[in-house]
Amino acid sequence: MNPFQYSKPDTVQAAIDLSSPVSRFIAGGTNLLDLMKENLTRPEHLIDITGLPLADLSETPSGGVMIGALVSNADLAWHPWIERRYPLLSQAILAGASPQLRNMASTGGNLLQRTRCYYFYDASVPCNKREPGSGCPARDGLNRIHAIFGASEQCVATHPSDMCVALAALEAVVHVLGRGGARTIEFADFHRLPGDAPQRDNQLADDELITGIELPAAGFAEHSHYLKIRDRASYAFALVSVAVALELDGPVIRQARLALGGVAHKPWRDRAVESRLTGQTVSRETFTAAADALLQNAEPLAHNGFKVKLARRAIVRALSDAALGSAPLGGQA
Amino acid sequence: MSATLSDATSASFARHPIRLTLNGQMRELQVLPWTTLLDLLREQLDLVGSKKGCDHGQCGACTVLRDGKRINACLTLAVMCDGAQLTTVEGLADGDQLHPMQQAFIKHDAFQCGYCTPGQICSAVGLVNEGRARTPGQISELMSGNLCRCGAYNNIRDAIEEALPLCQPELEQGGEQ
Repeated sequence: MNPFQYSKPDTVQAAIDLSSPVSRFIAGGTNLLDLMKENLTRPEHLIDITGLPLADLSETPSGGVMIGALVSNADLAWHPWIERRYPLLSQAILAGASPQLRNMASTGGNLLQRTRCYYFYDASVPCNKREPGSGCPARDGLNRIHAIFGASEQCVATHPSDMCVALAALEAVVHVLGRGGARTIEFADFHRLPGDAPQRDNQLADDELITGIELPAAGFAEHSHYLKIRDRASYAFALVSVAVALELDGPVIRQARLALGGVAHKPWRDRAVESRLTGQTVSRETFTAAADALLQNAEPLAHNGFKVKLARRAIVRALSDAALGSAPLGGQA
Repeated sequence: MSATLSDATSASFARHPIRLTLNGQMRELQVLPWTTLLDLLREQLDLVGSKKGCDHGQCGACTVLRDGKRINACLTLAVMCDGAQLTTVEGLADGDQLHPMQQAFIKHDAFQCGYCTPGQICSAVGLVNEGRARTPGQISELMSGNLCRCGAYNNIRDAIEEALPLCQPELEQGGEQ
């Protein structure tokens, strides 16, 4: 880890005033410190934001929930409001990382995790995300864990978060504050596709701090499900994950949300497929047709073609489980 | 901006004063900003129970309790522990009286080489404090942040299952929470 200056401001405004192009905000530090140990990130100044008053949940005037950016992943997953009203979010958080990491990691930081592409993590090889213009060894290399949607010539990395897949399906809103003032960003717009600037994971500016994540009132608690498929039973990143939220009227689908993790540079949604589900009757045929429609746009690489079949089955299973009713939380063994 | 900060940083690699409660004792320490909690414990305070397995938050051998919650000491900056209550494996026993979790690990032979054991035991005490694991399956899931390359998992799970009702959750309140 490189030497750096350390500050711990008391107010959000002071934290923003301290920020610069060579500074980074730190909360849980679970990803940032790891990147610093690998010399992949070398900030000259760490601004510790854990003293800021952003660690609470509150109800919004519109009946939703505002989650402070510093609420830990564990506290969020096990908060009674989240467990009861947004079980999809609880399930997704508990499917990710380990209990220790969930105790440390913050809600805001979870959005800013960087990819676990092994070429990105290996400073001895080129990577357009790490060193723009240097090349992408993953595109023609070992790309079993990489994207099947939305990749570019420059980058085929995936976003690693489980929580973000649920937040995409729930259509959360990201609240940020910077020198230019406060703004809100729809979750679907927060993360970027790699395009020709894969070094930019999201549209946050250097001086902007995530202050909170707002959940709309609709939590789809009756019919939601998070399904994660990985190489081992626990504590591994998703090969494919699916967040489903359904609003049903008897057997008829009134609204459907379907977000995929592990398959793109951001949580992947296909609004056309979701719209097609509206008004249809719950059945295996309906779900299989939706999965096929979504996956006809997949562009697998040399070693990740299996993700297309895996995602197809995972989508059908997650939709079926959501239609039957949310699985109770708890042990997954 | 960048040049100004570079000058400032090169001139100000000062140690930062922190106060924390470590295994029940108040400590006042001076730490460099980039010293991890794990390095502070092992290199400066000679508490070598917490192990540096991977140093990347993947193995759990460095697990300690901060304000009663289990964390990876390797991914925690010591300077960010100002005001915290920390418990390491050295602080679990009451004199010669082992913690019920330590006794259960011995009874169930829940280790072979023992390298992961301090982290496993601290993690298991954190699991008790969380109050979420009741069944063997839930114990396995909520212990997945601790790797054991000897493969003593079944005995570790049995030890925790037995100790669970014998342990009282101890959620400490940190001074700055």
